[in-house]
Amino acid sequence: MIRVLRSLAAAVTGQAISVFARFVTAPRAIWQGIEPVPGQRIYFANHSSNGDFVLLWTVLPPALRRQTRPVAALDYWLKSSLRAFIGREVFNAVLIDRRPESRREDPVTQMVEALDRGASLILFPEGQRNSTDAPLLPFKAGLYHLAAARPRVDLVPVWIANLNKVMPKGEVIPVPLICTLTFGAPLHLAPDEPKAAFLARMAAALLTLQDRLVDPP
Amino acid sequence: MIIPQLVWLFAAVAGMLILASILGEILRHRLSPNGSNALIETLNARISAWWAIMILLGLAFLAGNAGVVFLFALVSFAALREFLTITHYNRADHWSLLACFFVVLPLHYAFVLVEWYGMYAIVVPVYVFLLLPVLSALRGSTRNFLVRVAETQWALMICVYCVSHVPALLSLEIPGFEGRNMILIAYLVFVVQLSDVLQYVWGQFIGRTRIAPNLSRSKTWEGMVGGVLSATAAGTALWWMTPFSPLQAAGMCLLITLMGFLGSLVLSAIKRDRGVRDWGHLIGGHGGFLDRLDSVIFAAPIFFHVTRYFWSLT
Repeated sequence: MIRVLRSLAAAVTGQAISVFARFVTAPRAIWQGIEPVPGQRIYFANHSSNGDFVLLWTVLPPALRRQTRPVAALDYWLKSSLRAFIGREVFNAVLIDRRPESRREDPVTQMVEALDRGASLILFPEGQRNSTDAPLLPFKAGLYHLAAARPRVDLVPVWIANLNKVMPKGEVIPVPLICTLTFGAPLHLAPDEPKAAFLARMAAALLTLQDRLVDPP
Repeated sequence: MIIPQLVWLFAAVAGMLILASILGEILRHRLSPNGSNALIETLNARISAWWAIMILLGLAFLAGNAGVVFLFALVSFAALREFLTITHYNRADHWSLLACFFVVLPLHYAFVLVEWYGMYAIVVPVYVFLLLPVLSALRGSTRNFLVRVAETQWALMICVYCVSHVPALLSLEIPGFEGRNMILIAYLVFVVQLSDVLQYVWGQFIGRTRIAPNLSRSKTWEGMVGGVLSATAAGTALWWMTPFSPLQAAGMCLLITLMGFLGSLVLSAIKRDRGVRDWGHLIGGHGGFLDRLDSVIFAAPIFFHVTRYFWSLT
C-alpha cells in the first residue's frame, strides 16, 4: 500500500516538475541526427545547470522517458530525504559516488548494470557543472569505459542551449526563456580507438550541435 | 452576456475554418497521404492552430472581461519569453529579467483589468523605463549596458505594452455601444489576421515585386496591396457591428491592416538580425506567439488610441 502511494507520489511529482520546466523554458527538442524512437541509448549532454537532466527527461516522449535513467551524483542527491525521493523514485536515477576514496561501488559497473537491465542513460561526461566561459569542460573517462563495455549502445550527443541563462549559478529564481535541446546522430567507439581520441571525438560531436544564435555580450 | 454580433462573427469564422479544414484534408488525401509534403502538413497544422486560437478567444469572451485580460496576460508572458530569448543580457540582468516577468507584467495587466488608463498608459514607458535599468546598474556590469537595457525595454514595449492594448479596448466608453466592447477586440483581431492570410494568398498567386528582399521573401507589393484591400473590404462589410460608419470602418481597417503589415516587417527585421527563422515553436505551423501576433501588436495601440480619441468618452 505504502509502495503504491510512494510510486503514485513519484509520478505526480515527476509530472509537476515536468510542467514547471515547460512553463519556464518551453523546451524545444530538435531531433537532428536521430528520431525519438525506442532503442537503448546513452544520451550525453553539456552540463551547465542542475536543471539539465530534468529538461532532457521532459522532452523525451513518455515511452522513452520511462526507460531512461539519469546518472547523478550520490553526494548531492542523498543530502536530504526530499532530494533522495526525487532522485531515486521520481527520476529513478543511477546514483554514483564521485569520490574515489569513499565509494563502495564502481560508477562504471553501476551504469553497465543499468544498461544490462534495459535502461537508457542520461550522462554528463564533464562530471560537474560548467560555470566557466568555455563551452565544455574536458570529458571524464566514464563515457569511454561505458562505450568500451557496451559498444553496441548508441551514444547520442545532446546540446542543451540557454538553460544556464534561465538560472545562472548562484541565482534562486529561474527567468523564463526558451531552451532548445538538439539531438545529434548516434556515435560508437571505433575498434582500437584510444581513450583520448574517443573523448575528443565525442566532445567535438557535441560542440557541433551548439546553438549559434545568441552571442552573449 | 452573449453579444449577438459576436456570435455571428464567430459563426462566420468557424464556417471559414470548416471550409479550410475540408480543403486541407482533400489536399492531404490527394498530395500528401503519408505526410510527406511539408507544405500541406504546415497548412493543416496552421488550420488546426487557427481553430485553437478561435476557441481560446471564444472561451475568454465567455469568461468575461477578466477572462480576456487573463488570456492576453498569458500571451504577453509567452511573447516576452520568446523575445528575451534572443536579446542581449548577462548575469547582471537576472533581476531585471525576473522583474519583467513577475512584477512588470502582472502589475501592468492589473491596471488594465481595473481600467486605470492613467497608469497602464504610462507604467511601462515611464516608470519601468526609468527604474528597470537601475536594477541592472546596481549589479555592476557595464559591458554593453545600453544595448542590454534598450533591448529589454523594447521587449516589454512590444510584448507587454502593445499586446495589452487589445484587452484595454474593454475600458473604452463609447456612447450607444455600452457592454459590447468585446466586439472591438474580435473585429481588430479578425481584420488584421485576415489581412495576414490574404496578403499571403495574394502574394502566392500574383506576387512579383518583393518589398524588402533582405527581410522576407514572401512579402510582395502585390500581396500587400491585395491583402490590405481585400481585408479592408471584408472589415468594411462588417461596419454594422462596430461603432463606425461604413466610411469610418473602411478608414479604420486600412489603418490597422497597414500597421499590421509594418509590424510583421519590423519583427522580421529583428529575426533576421538575430539569425532565427521563427520566434518560437508553440503554435504548430505558425512558429511562435510573436510570429502570429506581430501584426496585431502594431495595430492594437493605434486602433485603441484612434478609437479612444474620436469615439470614447474616457
